[in-house]
Amino acid sequence: MTSSVQRSLPTDEAHELLGLTRELATTELAPRAAADERAGRFPRAVFTTLGRAGLLGLPYPEEHGGGGQPFEVYLQVVEELAGAWLSVGLGVSVHTLACFPLAAYGTDAQRDQWLPGMLGGELLGAYCLSEPHSGSDAAALATRAVLDGDDYVVSGTKAWITHGGVADFYDLMVRTSDDRTRGITCLLAEAGTPGLSAAPPERKMGLTASVTAQVLLDGARVPAARRIGAEGQGFAIALAALDGGRLGIAACAVGLAQAALDAAVGYARERRQFGRPVAEHQGLTFLLADMATQVAAARALYLDAARLRDAGRPFGTAAAMAKLFATDAAMRVTTDAVQVLGGYGYVEDYQVERYLREAKLLQIVEGTNQIQRLVIGRALT
Amino acid sequence: MNIVVCVKQVPDSWAEKKLNPSDSTLDRDSVDAVMNELDEYAVEEALVLQEAHGGEVTILTMGPEKAGETIRKALSMGADKGVHVVDAGLHGSDAVATSAVLAKALGTLEWDLVIFGIESTDARMSVVPAMVAERLGSPQLSFATKVDVADSTVTIQRQTEYGFDTVEAKTPAVVSVVEKINEPRYPSFKGIMAAKKKPVTTLTLADLGLGADEVGLAGSWSAVDEFAARPPRQAGSVVKDEGDGGVKIAEYLAGQKFI
Ligand SMILES: Cc1cc2nc3c(=O)[nH]c(=O)nc-3n(C[C@H](O)[C@H](O)[C@H](O)COP(=O)(O)OP(=O)(O)OC[C@H]3O[C@@H](n4cnc5c(N)ncnc54)[C@H](O)[C@@H]3O)c2cc1C
Repeated sequence: MTSSVQRSLPTDEAHELLGLTRELATTELAPRAAADERAGRFPRAVFTTLGRAGLLGLPYPEEHGGGGQPFEVYLQVVEELAGAWLSVGLGVSVHTLACFPLAAYGTDAQRDQWLPGMLGGELLGAYCLSEPHSGSDAAALATRAVLDGDDYVVSGTKAWITHGGVADFYDLMVRTSDDRTRGITCLLAEAGTPGLSAAPPERKMGLTASVTAQVLLDGARVPAARRIGAEGQGFAIALAALDGGRLGIAACAVGLAQAALDAAVGYARERRQFGRPVAEHQGLTFLLADMATQVAAARALYLDAARLRDAGRPFGTAAAMAKLFATDAAMRVTTDAVQVLGGYGYVEDYQVERYLREAKLLQIVEGTNQIQRLVIGRALT
Repeated sequence: MNIVVCVKQVPDSWAEKKLNPSDSTLDRDSVDAVMNELDEYAVEEALVLQEAHGGEVTILTMGPEKAGETIRKALSMGADKGVHVVDAGLHGSDAVATSAVLAKALGTLEWDLVIFGIESTDARMSVVPAMVAERLGSPQLSFATKVDVADSTVTIQRQTEYGFDTVEAKTPAVVSVVEKINEPRYPSFKGIMAAKKKPVTTLTLADLGLGADEVGLAGSWSAVDEFAARPPRQAGSVVKDEGDGGVKIAEYLAGQKFI
């Protein structure tokens, strides 16, 4: 739980929202996280509960059924959810990312038609950019879409798709011409589209309750009316979506790191060696102090980037920095949390070994931390 | 169909509670306050009935200023308006006095059904719904695991030890519901925001035409003469199985009159 956190929030409304989020995190997420992770059980019903509470469309306009919240507030909700259960926090972040192309680039008619459903809480989204042979080099994607009458006919394989096979809608980044970046187009496909299916889920070292699977496209017919933006605009849309998505990952990392810190502090106050709580041995106190500082710095960094975004200022570099710093911090803090618990940290009875396995993912998704450095470096040079 | 749900703010059921040494009433400041969990089922049932039959859901509570939070919670779940009976003279009211106040307050409202949770987690008597029904001269249908309303007739399944009884009455009627009846919803974010704008009326004893001697410690039929802290829990006894474990357990249970 991240209830120990003093939050700076812009409105009373945001305080209420965080209160509701904590209630849901405590009662609906935390009690089942460990068991569902162990069993590799995807908690679809939990997303429905969050959706009905209004948590699956927070940073989008109220006129389309969203929560009308600034990113600064939305991300702190994600942080709280991730602190209770990373698979769910990440899932909410990915769903919110998947709503972005339509919300930001759709026509008014498209938004009126589909956005209320996507933000309404009953549906779950997936974002399909990566492919088996194009990860960091996303523009090398090869999934083809050919216009045939009123439909695009799509063939290829999308890889590593969060919610692949369990999502209700899929953002598909597909190739419509050979121009490397300007030949990519964004389609919004419905689950159940004939020719769209999912491979068996990947077997991961963490986030086993979150489904990750290849999405297979075998002559799938997606109506041209479901194209978001212009033909060839897809790569720009995908990258713009990722700027916000990376902040979601940063918030997840902070939630996870805070949970690890709280577990470590709680344990270190109780566990006695050499006649006193291990927390009082300065060697360990300093370790805890460094962990807490990392978490606070990571939170400050993602909030700073979020506030730039909320003010309508460029925030891509700040988002890359936040993602890089927060996820590296989460890796370090979760590793140190295991150290604080000693042997008890290494066994499944305590959650910190799981946190460590989960943290690793955050350094990889939505642009590896090498790619974040590339983005930051480019802005400097 | 208009429904009134009576809810109570109680100390968090999981918290250690204390009594005030001066008047033997609960020390409400020392613990977090929440909506009596069993009342959440009553609110949910009212909202489900409203979805099917229309009308308004009103939340009625009696309690100090702070109990207004409980009305807000029910309003954020979807109820339409609130009525809060708040008056310093109410302090220390027992079940009989409480039922007098609720019955008077219900007399100021239009309703077809009054729904209660089966008991409050702090007092645990399950008598207020019956007392209120008696005072109102309304039929009471208690311990409901299912509620149906059709053409001014309310039908419930009444939980019993052997299954259930079907109980039927004409509206207006008073119903109390048990936990099994439904799964209470969480408030939604939009519901929380909307609740701030919903009307809550406050009523005093004077508004209800009740005298100070009819309620509070003075008007209560029961009184707490003395109280003592519960003794610490006894250490359990461990039965070591040396081939006769079953017999020893049976002897123990027989000794405690469980079997
Ligand atoms: C659990 C999980 C969920 C995911 N969910 C999604 C999803 O929902 N949608 C989606 O589209 N994708 C998703 N991904 C894919 C993820 O975004 C990619 O794994 C990531 O972008 C890296 O791509 P890759 O795995 O192909 O690694 P590669 O690109 O092959 O990289 C291998 C290594 O080389 C490094 N590297 C590559 N290029 C450079 C360079 N130019 N300079 C320096 N180092 C470099 C990388 O940092 C990495 O260390 C998910 C992945 C996982 C594991």
